[in-house]
This record gives sequence, structure tokens and C-alpha cells, in this order.
Amino acid sequence: MARWQGQLIKIDDYRWEIPQNYKTGMRVPGLIYASRKMLESICEEQTPEQVANVAFLPGIVGYSFAMPDIHWGYGFPIGGVAAMDIKDGVVSPGGVGYDINCGVRLLRTSLSEAEVRPKINELINALFRNVPSGLGSEGKIKVSQKEMNQLMVEGALWAVKRGLGSEEDLDATEEGGCLSGADPSKISDKAVKRGMPQAGTLGSGNHFLEIQVVKEIFDSHIASIMGIDEIGQILVLIHTGSRGFGHQVCTDHLRVMEVAVSKYGIKLPDRQLACAPIGSSEGQAYLAAMACAANYAWVNRQCIAHWARESFSKVFGKSPEALGIKQIYDVAHNIAKIEEHTIDGRKLKVCVHRKGATRAFPAGHKDIPKHYKEVGQPVLVPGDMGRCSFVAVGTQKAMSESFGSTCHGAGRVLSRGAAKRSMKGRDIARELESRGITIKAGNIPSLAEEASQAYKDINEVIDVVHQAGISRKVAMAIPMGVIKG
Amino acid sequence: MEMSLLFLYNGLGGMKKAFEILDHTADVGIIAYGTDVEELFSNAALALFSLITAPESVEEKLHLDLEVSSEDRDSLLVEWLNELIYLFDVKHILFNRFDIESLTHNQLKATCYGEDFDPMKHKIKIGVKAATYHMLKLDKDGDGYKAQIILDI
Repeated sequence: MARWQGQLIKIDDYRWEIPQNYKTGMRVPGLIYASRKMLESICEEQTPEQVANVAFLPGIVGYSFAMPDIHWGYGFPIGGVAAMDIKDGVVSPGGVGYDINCGVRLLRTSLSEAEVRPKINELINALFRNVPSGLGSEGKIKVSQKEMNQLMVEGALWAVKRGLGSEEDLDATEEGGCLSGADPSKISDKAVKRGMPQAGTLGSGNHFLEIQVVKEIFDSHIASIMGIDEIGQILVLIHTGSRGFGHQVCTDHLRVMEVAVSKYGIKLPDRQLACAPIGSSEGQAYLAAMACAANYAWVNRQCIAHWARESFSKVFGKSPEALGIKQIYDVAHNIAKIEEHTIDGRKLKVCVHRKGATRAFPAGHKDIPKHYKEVGQPVLVPGDMGRCSFVAVGTQKAMSESFGSTCHGAGRVLSRGAAKRSMKGRDIARELESRGITIKAGNIPSLAEEASQAYKDINEVIDVVHQAGISRKVAMAIPMGVIKG
Repeated sequence: MEMSLLFLYNGLGGMKKAFEILDHTADVGIIAYGTDVEELFSNAALALFSLITAPESVEEKLHLDLEVSSEDRDSLLVEWLNELIYLFDVKHILFNRFDIESLTHNQLKATCYGEDFDPMKHKIKIGVKAATYHMLKLDKDGDGYKAQIILDI
């Protein structure tokens, strides 16, 4: 695909504007957070065109934002943030993505690298047995249709009530692990059938469970509030979403939106941007269904975190409490939410679409747990399996500038096919092993698709959001053991 | 976005190409061909299952009658593939032959042949989760038809 040739105006070293007059029909300008170096690679694809296309959507306010990990997506770019006025704006399933509430959960432990290293194989094997993963994997929990309806409404609480975790976990989860407004009557029979057997499974593709070692602490005060106390400490990161359930919800509602676009006379530059007014029956139905899928994903991560704790407990012969295992936080990377923001000095209710982006609320915000009130909401940014992951916090700058949003990860640069070709003949599992990373995967050939070369360097992504001030880095950890589907 | 040709698959006749697989940064796409729209729909479905597993490993042990409807022909193609993705995800059926019995601009009736997924026999290559509207194209192509569909994996 051709290089993007559009116009970009440099605001500062980390902000680049696509002016509103770049394309007739843009309602706001676009804004890309990137270093000059990253911008080069971003413009190698038509991704900035997608940022401009999102600016066409009715009711969009401020900017059509792109985070530094931005890459080409369906309609909306991945790494995009767009806020629509709830009075005259639209909601778009494409602005959330197929894997609704794909997100990450981070646990801390009191274990050290020295204690875990000798048992890493045993631990990875225990996790692989305990956490259902892989293509078509089915859960250990059997969910009936009736339970499915409860799960969609209750979110992570549903799992906690069944002994999978504690109230404390809910407090350390975005939205308390339950997005309000979920309505199972807006969910198709097909989605329920796809969702029932897959509840409590990790899935495949880029989803993983990782044992990490803290390598660097940038802000020891904030880190200690999170329970990250020293270099060498062991963390556990879980990355998964709403599986086939979320995909079916998105597919079903995109179809409804296809019809709504002509019904409401909305002009779009790309069919995949299909949307409906937020207040319309179609818009409300999507938001109610999306909440069901978001809650399903939180149940998923809640169950997996519990089984991870059990695995540690078994391998080390101590209770999870004795091992100091506690949830640091859980964030959504693909979601749309009704939030209040201040735009040009006036308070406005908007529907913030975050597709491959993380909420990054500042210290003092009413929607963050008491525990983090003083420092800001934890932001969890996983890298690829060969590099590292970051923990950051939200800032006031994010609140005033990017609708309280920041980046979500590394972002792909190579297609799966290209990644596979570039790794041909190489044994990725062995290469990782030689660097001290033990990996167990259900599908070894697909490991190549997730190799480091396929992703942007997470260090550059984090530097941009840190320098731009839309989040503040707290700690960095590297992988030691990974399980993948 | 990088788009490159991964492989060509020639139909049983061996003369005309049935489909191609496209490489897309986050996902994967297919380009299906057909002398008529019926053949195009059948080849698109074949391309889908060739991504999931090796088509030659699938035998015709069962058949299923399907009816799919949509708003227009383009979205009918997406819905058709989504129906097959759903059947694999929920009922674990792999298909390798599709008889398109009737096809209008918004409705399709087909009989699909294949067998239940057997982990001892079928190697799953990738999990396809949805057919998308992104960069969707269905056009006349010389004497026949050609369609492009991006799949979410």
C-alpha cells in the first residue's frame, strides 16, 4: 500500500496535527502523538487517513486522536480515541473493535526472581494446565444460558460470587469490573452460543499470560502504592478479551448499523465506520450489548487471575495471601464509555471510543479507586513477548487533552504472514529460552506471528506518551515465562 | 498496510484461479474469483476454510442446509462467511464444498459439505473470528466476478 502523502502540522516534538481542511467533511482536526521517527513508520501505511476519516463522524469533539502505537484497523485505526457529544453524536462499533474489552490485568507478588527462576518450568506447566487456552478452547466453568444472562449483567462480580477471587479484585478493576447498562435482551442467540463454552478461557492470537520480573522503577512512591517495591520482584500479566462472544456482538450490531447509516442519512468515507446516533434505538442497543461483552471479558480475566493464583499456590506450597499475590489493576483497551469531560471550558457528556487505547484518569478523579486517588489511575501497557511491559499512571494532561486516554501497547508493524516469513527457519521458543524466557504455546507455528520484529518498540511508544505528558511511567518489567494459546 | 500474495489456489478444474490469500498488517484477507456470483461465493467460503485448516484433510461426511439473508449483495457475502465462522466456532464443523442453490441480491441458499472437527485429524492453522466490511469489494472482473474480504483473526 502506498505511503500516506497527506498534510501534517508539527505542534511540538510529540504532537502532529492533520488540519481540519485536509479533507472536506472533517468536523475536527486529527492529532497524532508520535516522535518524528515513529511518524515515519506511521505514514508508511494509510493509517493517518483513517484518523482523518474518523473526524467525519457526527458529534465528534476536540480531535480525532491517534496514540503512538497506532496501526491500520477496520475503519477506525487501532490506537484511536474519539469522543462524541451524546446530544448529537454517534456511537460506532468499529470505534471499539471486535474484541470488546480486550484488556490487561496485572497482579503483584512478594516473590523474587531468585525464588521463581528454579521453578519456572513447573510454574508455566501448572499455569498451562490450569488456564484453558488456544483455539476453540473451552472453559473449566460450565455456564448455562441463565447464568450467561447473569454474567453479562454482573461482570467480574459474577465470578467473585462463585469463589473466583475477592471483592478487593473488583475494587482494583476499571468500572469495578462491571459496566452498567448491560441488557442481555440485546444479545443474539448466536452470541450466547459462542460465549457459553468460551467463558474463562485465554484464547489464541496475541493473548497471553506472562510471568514478569520488575527491571526498572521510575517513580518509587507511586510504584510502592501499587505494591511494586523492588527490582527483581515477580508480577503476573494477563491479556485477553471477550473471545467469540465479543466478536459476535460486534458482527451483529455492525449489521444493524449498516442499515442505520442510511436510515439517519449519515455520510461516511468508509463502510466499516458504520454508526448510529447515541440516543437512537440502534445506538442504545449497541451500548447495552457492548456492556454485556465488556462484562464477559471482565469475568474472563477474573477467572484466569484466580487460576493463576491457584497455580502459584500449588507450585510454592503457600496460600496466595502468603505469597503476597494482589491485583494491581485491570484496564480495558477496547471500549466505549459515557464520560464527563471539559471541552473549551464547558462540561460535556461524551461517548469516548477507545480502540486500542487505555483510560488514563488523573489523581483525584472520582472514578478511580480510593487506593490510587493520590497518584492517578494505573495504566498497563504490555509490549511483545520478547521485550518488556510498562506500568504508568494517568495525568491531568490526559484529562484536559486526550479525553483521559493514552496508548495501549506496542502496535503491529508486520502482518502475521510477513512476521512468519521473516522468522522462517528460526526456533522462536529456543531463542526466547536462551534469553531466559520460558514459553509454552498451544500452537507453536503461530508463535512467529507474535515475534518482537512484528511489533513497534514499546520503549519508544511509552517515551512519547510520557514526554507528551498524557501518562507518567512508573515501572518496567520483562517477561520470564509466557503461556499463549 | 502490507498486502502481498501468499498463495494461489486453483480450483479442481486447474484452469481458473479460485482464490488468493492477502496479507494485512493486523489480519488476513481473501480475494475470491468466480465465473458467476454463485461460484464466487463458493470460492470465498473455500478460501476461508483453507485458512483455518488444510482443505484436503476434510472429508464429506455430513451436509448442512444454510439460508442467509442481508441487505445487499456485498453484505450478503460478509454474512455468508460470518455464518460459516459461527458454525465452526460453535458446532466445530469444517466444510470443504459448497453448493449454492439459489442466490439473489440479498438471499442465499446453500448446502455445505464437510465433517466435524477432529483434533487428531485436522490441524487448525488460525482461528478466524469475523468477516469484516473493511475494504470490502465485489465487482465484475472480465467475464467473471472478483471479491475482496478482510477477515479478523
